[in-house]
Amino acid sequence: MMELKTEPVVINMGPQHPSTHGVFRMRVTFDGEVIVDMEPVFGYLHRGIEKLAEERTYTQVIPLTDRLDYVASMTNNHAYVLAVERLAGITVPERAEYLRVIMDEMMRISSHLLAVGFLLNDMGAFFTPLMYMFREREKLLDLFEMVCGQRLTYNYMRIGGLSHDIPPEFLPALNRFVQEMPHFIDEYDQLLAENEILLARTKGVGVLSRELAINASASGPVLRASGVSWDIRKADPYSVYDRFKFQVPIGTAGDIYDRYWVRIQEMRHSVRILEQAIKGLPSGEVMAKVPPLLRPPQGEAYAHIESPRGELGFYVVSDNSIAPYRLHIRAPTFINLTTLRDLVIGWKLADAVAVFGSIDIVLGEVDR
Amino acid sequence: MTTALSGQEVSRQIGERFPDAVLQSDEAAVVLRGESLLEVAQFLKATPGLEFDYLTSISGVDYLDYLEVVYHLTSMKNNHSLVLKVRCWDRDKPSLPSVVSLWRGADLQEREAYDLVGIAFSGHPNLKRILLWEGFEGHPLRRDYL
Repeated sequence: MMELKTEPVVINMGPQHPSTHGVFRMRVTFDGEVIVDMEPVFGYLHRGIEKLAEERTYTQVIPLTDRLDYVASMTNNHAYVLAVERLAGITVPERAEYLRVIMDEMMRISSHLLAVGFLLNDMGAFFTPLMYMFREREKLLDLFEMVCGQRLTYNYMRIGGLSHDIPPEFLPALNRFVQEMPHFIDEYDQLLAENEILLARTKGVGVLSRELAINASASGPVLRASGVSWDIRKADPYSVYDRFKFQVPIGTAGDIYDRYWVRIQEMRHSVRILEQAIKGLPSGEVMAKVPPLLRPPQGEAYAHIESPRGELGFYVVSDNSIAPYRLHIRAPTFINLTTLRDLVIGWKLADAVAVFGSIDIVLGEVDR
Repeated sequence: MTTALSGQEVSRQIGERFPDAVLQSDEAAVVLRGESLLEVAQFLKATPGLEFDYLTSISGVDYLDYLEVVYHLTSMKNNHSLVLKVRCWDRDKPSLPSVVSLWRGADLQEREAYDLVGIAFSGHPNLKRILLWEGFEGHPLRRDYL
């Protein structure tokens, strides 16, 4: 009998491919339908934000941070201003801290809605679940618009506080959202969590072990789905997170399903934090006394927060001038991609798309 | 709350095992000799009481006199952190040992520092440009790159 000769095939997924959530390229080598090798190719959205920051004053950098993780831009603002405040020794008024927490948690919910919706979209539940998610996300975007007039790039936080206080109609609208949201989360859960196709596609697929997750510096839902109880809000509380009662959901298997599940549960706890923050919101100023042209003393500071995608850190070096001497951004999803190759090898193309979706990357942040 | 370990205290512990490794230290950070980076990192990762199992971040900084790489380390087990620094005085051919063998999380971050600041990490399994394209000239995050 004649021996059938086969050879591996290299396929480029991306940079323009709907499943890459932007411009990202996976150079995948297949043996038949099975992935034998994968090389991620970065940089299609690289704008040199770290270099641009060196030419701007400290305040002018804030709009740049909006362009990192553009699905959760307010958390980028927060991490950056936190680093500069640490560098310059600025204390933020309590009302501003509470409002920052409220914004961060609203951001987390709206970002997770998108993450979960697109993950299901990638797996073939074409746009129906996503549209459910967009229904709630829309309400959040309306709330953000109410606060600062923007729906995507907010530029709301300032070094020392916030650009302005919330309008009077904001809190009643947020209260309404907080009351409705748990019901909607239950609805997603009922629709999806027991769905046989979802389970078949996600259970046991793309498993990231606990050891590798820690060793490869994974963070956020990806790390927690692998069973590591590590959330900066608990481990190293910033702002006023130490005043709220909430839990950090932990997965066990580290597969796609757990990453999905962790995000759904996190939304529930974010709603809980929102409830408490609205109750405890003090009155007063939202901005500390900060000179318009800030010159932080010579030195350096690193500040990190738990963004919806993981540990977002800003390392700022000052030489006592009006612009940062060096700004380095520790982007969570960039580092979460370290293990992408390990996760997809041995699986089929369609699984690779699901694994990739479950890491939930935003290219603005990966490529900076 | 994550405790930031005192650089002096840790450098004393490092000094007991590796007398020549530490260049200088203060409350905030430990500055190491480049040659000793790998063995000290191994020591920091494996020694009970330190156990830095998580490499948070690698940042390259150009101070014109020298290039500096800053490692933010965290121990999830003990919830403490440490800032480790290594310097390169040779601007033309700066080279440091890679820590990918200890922490996989260094993989993409070292490539980024290589790409944008121009520090070569010897022993890195796949050291090539990551955010810019192959063939790009220069390293944009150096201060003398205009």
